[in-house]
Amino acid sequence: MSGETIVGALEPKADIAEPAKPARVDSPLKRLAQDFFADRLAVFGLCLFVVIALIAILAPWITPQNPYDLAQLDIMDGGLPPGETSFATGGTYWLGTDQQGRDMLSAIAYGLRISLVVALVSLACAIVVGVAAGVAAAYFGGRTDSLIMRVVDLQLSFPAILIALILLALLGRGVDKVILALVIVQWAYYARTVRSSAIVERRKDYIDAARCLALSHRRIMFRHLLPNCVPPLIVVATVQIAQAIALEATLSFLGVGVPITEPSLGLLISNGYDYLLSGRYWVSLFPGVALVVTIIAINLVGDRLRDIFNPRLQS
Amino acid sequence: MIVYLVRRLGQSLIAVAAMAILVFVGVYAIGNPVDILINPEATQAEIAATTHRLGLDRPLLEQFGIFVWNALHGDLGRSFVYGRPAMEIILERLPATMELALVALILSVGIGVPLGVLAGLKPNSVGGRSIMAGSILGFSLPNFWQGMLLILVFAVLLGWLPAGGRGETVDLLGVRVSFLTLDGLKHLILPALNLALFKMSLVIRLARANTREVALQDYVKFARAKGLSTRRVVLVHILKNIMIPVVTIIGLELGSMVAFAIVTETVFAWPGMGKLLIDSINLLDRPLIVAYLMLTVLIIVGINLAVDVLYSALDPRVRLSEVKA
Repeated sequence: MSGETIVGALEPKADIAEPAKPARVDSPLKRLAQDFFADRLAVFGLCLFVVIALIAILAPWITPQNPYDLAQLDIMDGGLPPGETSFATGGTYWLGTDQQGRDMLSAIAYGLRISLVVALVSLACAIVVGVAAGVAAAYFGGRTDSLIMRVVDLQLSFPAILIALILLALLGRGVDKVILALVIVQWAYYARTVRSSAIVERRKDYIDAARCLALSHRRIMFRHLLPNCVPPLIVVATVQIAQAIALEATLSFLGVGVPITEPSLGLLISNGYDYLLSGRYWVSLFPGVALVVTIIAINLVGDRLRDIFNPRLQS
Repeated sequence: MIVYLVRRLGQSLIAVAAMAILVFVGVYAIGNPVDILINPEATQAEIAATTHRLGLDRPLLEQFGIFVWNALHGDLGRSFVYGRPAMEIILERLPATMELALVALILSVGIGVPLGVLAGLKPNSVGGRSIMAGSILGFSLPNFWQGMLLILVFAVLLGWLPAGGRGETVDLLGVRVSFLTLDGLKHLILPALNLALFKMSLVIRLARANTREVALQDYVKFARAKGLSTRRVVLVHILKNIMIPVVTIIGLELGSMVAFAIVTETVFAWPGMGKLLIDSINLLDRPLIVAYLMLTVLIIVGINLAVDVLYSALDPRVRLSEVKA
C-alpha cells in the first residue's frame, strides 16, 4: 500500500458514496476515545487540564510581567489586593500582588510550569523504572520476582510523604532532588500494577509462541507482554500525576522541596502563608486555587478512565 | 500461630534495618559526616576529638556497627540546637503528636462511619451524593491546603478558633495533654479535624461500599421482615458488620497518621515532633532528624505488626495463607 492511499483513507470524503462494507471493528484507541467522550464531566476535566497546560507552557508570552525579573517589579505595588491598579505601569493586578509587588497572576502561571514539569518528569521516570521492574518480576518469576516485590512491599508499608521527606532531608532542596524523591516514591506503584497484570498475561499462549520462536527475553517482555498490560497502567498513571503534584506542593510548602529561585505553586502558597493571618489572603489563596483546580481536573479524567478500564462495569 | 509470628517479626526487623541503612548511608556516606554530625562552629581540635570519639576515622562498615550499637542503646547523638540528647527532645514532643493523631482518629471514625452508612443506605439521594463528592475532595486535595482553608475560615474570617499553638495543657499521668482544658480543646479542634479529613474520606468510602453490600444480605432483609425498627436494623445488624473492614483499615492507617501529622503540625504550629522535624531540617540539626526518622519508622513498623498479629488472631484465614505462601 502506498503512502497516498493511507492519507486518502484517513480523510473523510462525504461527497463520494462509500460502497457498503462489512461492519468494521474499531481500533482500541478509537473505542477508548468514544467511551471517554461520552462522559461530559470527564471531557470538562480534560479541557480544563489542556487549558492549564497551555497556560503553563505559554506563561512567558501571555503573562503581564516576568515575576522573577526584578527590574519589572516595583516595591510601590507591594501587597495590593486583587483588582488594584499598578502605580508603576497603570495595568491592573487581577489577583493582587505579593510583598515585592509581584503580580500573582504571572507568578501562578510560572509556578504552574514548575509544578507540572516536576510532576510529569517524575511520572515518566517512575513509569520507566516501575514498568521495567514489574515486567521483569512477572516474566522471570522466582527469586527475581520475590526480591523485587519485597522491596516494593517494604516501601509501600511506609507513607509516601515520609520517604520523600527522608530523602529530601538528606539531599537538600532542588528541582532535580524533588524529582528524584518523587520517582523513588512512585515507581513501586507502577511495578506492582504492571506485575499483577503481566503475571496473568504471561501464562497465555502467545507468550509461549514467542518463546518457541526463540525471541530474546527483552523482545518478549517489552514487545509482547508489556502492550497487554497498558490499560491498568494508564489508570494508575493519571491518579499518580495528581498525587505527584500534591506531594510536590506539600514538600515545597514544608520548605524541603523546590528552591526559592524556582517557586512552584506549593512554594507560592507557603510564601503567602505568613500573610494569611494579617488578612492578605490572596497571596496564598489564589495559588492554592490553581493547585486545586489542576488536581481536580486530572482526577475527573482519571475517574472516567478507571470506569472505562474496569471490567466489572463493562457490559 | 508461632510460625506466623516469627515470620512477621522477621519482616518487621528487616523493614527497620532497611530504613536504618538508608538513614545511615544518607547521613554518613553522602558528603562529609564531620560537617553533618559536628557543630559547624567547633574548633579544629574539637573536630579532631569528636571525629575520633564518633569513630568517623574508622572503616565504613565498622562505623555502621557503631551507629547500630548506639541506636540500640537509644543514643542517636546530641542536638546542635538544644545541646541535649536528640532522643530525649523527640520523646518530649511525642505526646503532643500522639494526642493529635488519636483525636484525629476518633474524629475520622466518629464522623466518617455515620456519613458513610448514610450515603450507603441512600446512594442516589442528594445527601448521599454530596457526601461522596465531599469525600472525593477530602481525598484529592492536599492536606496543607485544607488546613489553610480551615484557618482562613474559622480563625481569620469568623474568629471562632485560634489559628495555631497548643493552648493550655494539664498534666495527666505525667503527660501534658490539651484536651482537658477549654483553651486546649479550642486549639485542638482545627488541627485534629485537618488531620482527620483524609482518613475520614477513606472511612466514608469504605463504610458506604460495605453498607451497600450488607444492606442486601438476607439477614438484613429478615430483620426488617421481623418488624424491627430501621434504627435497630442499621445500628445493630448493619453497623456491626461494616465495622470489621473499617477497624482493619484504621489500624493500618494510624501509623501513616503520625507521618501526616508533619504537615498538619507545620500548618497549625502544633508543637509536636513533626514540627520539630521540619524545624530541624531548616536548621540542619541532623541528629534530631535521624532520631525522628528512626523513632517514626519504629512506630509505624510496630503498629503494622500489632495490627497484623491481632488480625490474624481474629481471623485464622490470614495466617494460614501466609504460612502456606
